[in-house]
Amino acid sequence: MSSPLETPQGDSAELPISTSADVMISAKGLTKRYGEFVAVAGIDFQVKRGESFGFLGPNGAGKSTTMRIIAATLTRTSGEITVLGKDPEKFGPEIKAHLGVVPQADNLDNALTVQENLYVYGRYFGLSKSFIRGKIEELLDFAQLIEKRDVKVEALSGGMKRRLTIARALVSEPEILMLDEPTTGLDPQARHILWDRLFRLKEEGVTLLITTHYMDEAEQLCDRIMVMDNGSIMAEDSPAGLIKTYSTKEVLEVRFGSERNNSIAAQLEDMATRIEILPDRILMYADDGEALLHNLREKGLHPNTSLVRRSSLEDVFLRLTGRTLVD
Amino acid sequence: MTTTLDAAKSMHRTRQGSLKIVHVDRIRQWGTYYVAEARMRIMLKFFWSVLSTAALNPVLYLVSIGIGVGKLINTHSGGVDNVPYLTFLAPALLASAAIQNAMDEVIFPVMEGFKWNKTFFAMNATPLSAKQIANGVFLAAMIRTLFSVAIYGLMIFLFGGFTSSRGWLAIPFGLFAGASFGAFIMGLAVAAKNDDTFFMILGRLVIMPLFLFSGTFYQLSTMPLFLQWIGWLSPLWHATELSRLFTYGHHISPIMIVVHFGYLIAMMIFGARYTHQQFEKRLSK
Repeated sequence: MSSPLETPQGDSAELPISTSADVMISAKGLTKRYGEFVAVAGIDFQVKRGESFGFLGPNGAGKSTTMRIIAATLTRTSGEITVLGKDPEKFGPEIKAHLGVVPQADNLDNALTVQENLYVYGRYFGLSKSFIRGKIEELLDFAQLIEKRDVKVEALSGGMKRRLTIARALVSEPEILMLDEPTTGLDPQARHILWDRLFRLKEEGVTLLITTHYMDEAEQLCDRIMVMDNGSIMAEDSPAGLIKTYSTKEVLEVRFGSERNNSIAAQLEDMATRIEILPDRILMYADDGEALLHNLREKGLHPNTSLVRRSSLEDVFLRLTGRTLVD
Repeated sequence: MTTTLDAAKSMHRTRQGSLKIVHVDRIRQWGTYYVAEARMRIMLKFFWSVLSTAALNPVLYLVSIGIGVGKLINTHSGGVDNVPYLTFLAPALLASAAIQNAMDEVIFPVMEGFKWNKTFFAMNATPLSAKQIANGVFLAAMIRTLFSVAIYGLMIFLFGGFTSSRGWLAIPFGLFAGASFGAFIMGLAVAAKNDDTFFMILGRLVIMPLFLFSGTFYQLSTMPLFLQWIGWLSPLWHATELSRLFTYGHHISPIMIVVHFGYLIAMMIFGARYTHQQFEKRLSK
């Protein structure tokens, strides 16, 4: 009976923001409806201090909606949620004081310079001018924007804007950093820089909440992943745990040409643990991909191309939802 | 031994955490001013254009209408309302400049904050309340308006438009008009679905007739009754009447004094409520 969810509503009003509790966020039966449409369909989850927690799912899965409910900017239809031990609907400012929010689309002040953006945002948190001044130096260094400090935001590249948005969210030294699709639209190099920065924050003990539809991002950054589809939780575990439960060790990808893929699939079914037929290729799940390919050839089946790879979260998602996770 | 890495690390202060450094009570008390401070910072980027518009606009009006048309009127009928034409005209011009300034400074930030840059959503992720965001933007708009009308007042003074020592009272009454109308327009700007149509309708069908039919250039009573209603609805007319009363002793019945004040105060209160409501609605969507 120690779950914060079971605290009677009347009591939570007197409790201060929980400073030592291990559970940072706790949701039970969390639901959001827009008329007939169910955006979040009664989900349960908990996020612990220092954890890096990922919401993985395609567009429209309910990830951003869930994030906004946590961030106290959207009200829920039903269910329970506490953030730092408090109900976001009743204690919006108290909770927001400890969140750093990085939205899907950068909403920086284009008329202001890089450092002015950090400055005004620090002021919104009621931080003293002298504190912010010191903090700006640290954040410019963190975001690799020192030489851009006096440049107006509109002149920055996409990757720089993204880093500035993250730096801005850190000005108040938040307990929880929430990142909605942090690297969507960035080139590979910019993504890796960002991942490195986020990893450092994790090492500092900041709790990270990340939504993404990139499997590699989820694998890189998250300790625990909640796979969402159509507002529901399909599975929840560590990246390795998800792969272990929902996929085989390896995957053999074969192409027989788009005409033959379907007709040949029937012959492949019994050879692998499981197969998935995609428009352009067939995925064959097995613990030993090379051995499977060898068997295939022995049977006289010669794919145009073949590839053996390790299972990824992409395969988990395909297994759970029957769909791929492409943009 | 100090490595470069250690040196880099020592530059970073130890993390204290938001639980120690962010105080919600302080934000509750000062949030409006933080928002206004940020807005002022943006306005200062455009300081020279704000200043030159503020100074040039009155010069053009005062020269062309105040002096040009004024000379015609003064020669033919010895002024309007028993005072030189410029004295009659000045409070109205000043109030209409205040309305225009207040409008600019509430409409554009609202469009920027909700639509163009979405900066209000960034503010909404902080402990600031929707009301504080709205009030902060409004407060900054009023400071800019005060600055502009003060310059307008100075220009009128230099052109000899203040014939009494109470002429400067046109400034607070101008600001009053700007605040009433601005509070209301701000809410409308939040509610506007399509900015292009909104600006077009507002500029052509609302602001222009208000400016022309609010007893700005002549007394409202000279208009036929079926056109006078425009003036009655216009905050510009109500503010101008009061301003004329206080600056040169324009005659108004005590009841009408109450009506003018009442109308402007009601518009401001209703406008503020409506704006707060619209901000809360849009930020929680």
